Amino acid sequence: MPQFDPASFPSQIFWLVVTFVALYVVISKFAIPRIGEILEQRARLIQDDLDRAGALKADTDAAIAAYEKAMADARSQARDVLLAATNELKKVADEKTAAVNAEVNKQIADGEARIAKAKTEALGSIKTIAAETAREAVSKLTGLTLDAAKVDGAVGTALNDAR
Amino acid sequence: MAAESHGPMHQFEIQRLIPLDVAGYDISFTNSAAFMTLAVLATFALFWVATRHRTMVPSRWQSIAELTYEFVGGMVKDNVGHQGMAYFPFIFTLFMFILLGNFLGLLPYAFTFTSHIVVNATLALFIFIAVTVIGFARHGLHYFSLFLPPGTPLPVAFILVPIEIMSYFIRPVSLSLRLFANMLAGHVLLKVLAGFIITLPVWAGVVPFAAVFGVTFLELMVAAIQAYVFALLTCIYLNDAINLH
Repeated sequence: MPQFDPASFPSQIFWLVVTFVALYVVISKFAIPRIGEILEQRARLIQDDLDRAGALKADTDAAIAAYEKAMADARSQARDVLLAATNELKKVADEKTAAVNAEVNKQIADGEARIAKAKTEALGSIKTIAAETAREAVSKLTGLTLDAAKVDGAVGTALNDAR
Repeated sequence: MAAESHGPMHQFEIQRLIPLDVAGYDISFTNSAAFMTLAVLATFALFWVATRHRTMVPSRWQSIAELTYEFVGGMVKDNVGHQGMAYFPFIFTLFMFILLGNFLGLLPYAFTFTSHIVVNATLALFIFIAVTVIGFARHGLHYFSLFLPPGTPLPVAFILVPIEIMSYFIRPVSLSLRLFANMLAGHVLLKVLAGFIITLPVWAGVVPFAAVFGVTFLELMVAAIQAYVFALLTCIYLNDAINLH
């Protein structure tokens, strides 16, 4: 077998050392730095992207929080405004109601006073009319002329009894 | 057998391409040296082409280079740990050298320098000595505790320590023989099967042809696996030297 021919050993060992050292130089000074750099760059790029994504997410979260706070503030403000407006309207309505009530009550009182006056007047007239009617009726029926004062007294008594 | 010009062993013969003689030593540039040089140039070409454009999304060649880098880097990190990364360039070189030697040897008419025991033995012996030196430099005499796994009962130690010592010293032998035997057997098998294609009649020659076709794929696999095994075992030995057990 050619493998066991010692004459070839020095040459093979020599060239093995030479080429192996050359390859070591190629690998350690050329291949590893270049590929290492590529991999490092890629890793850095990915890390940068992840960092940026994280920062953007934080921004988004902050924006959402700010929006929600603004919404809550606006809502509570709107409630306050609404409450104030409702109270104001209620107050105005109450005032108007009170004013109208007072007016109405006054008119009712006036009306009642007028009615009472008219009633009194009417009642006063009834006595005179009744007395006259009674006298006329008696003079027509009997031909007698009655004393007006007496008839008035009798009618007044009768009316007072009827009332 | 070597005398026969087209026998199965012919492919392993050393041919002097440029005769050289320095201080009585024959260091001629041979076909073996030529393929070693080719392996270096091919590796350089691979990494040059791969890292020429340096894109964020890698091209095919860049992917190959990155995958090899991460494969070997992962192997060193997993088996030796972060301290072992100092030896990453050496393991990477070793892996590429053997891988390219195995692959280039599979080309028709090519020479497989990893099928020569002297090449593998030189590499294995260098690794053995380096690992031993690293072990003693890091741990001093405590490195001897490698031969006695912790928690071993004393009676067992009498048997275990000699076995451990023997297995330690057999490392360069097994490391170099494994690669040598795999390459030798594969190439001889291919050559013998290929010989049958020619000597048999055409209708019968189809069978060894199919076999050669299949075995070629098997050999491609063996070429990669043996380079991996060589580098992996080196990592494991380095781990022993750096982290003890």
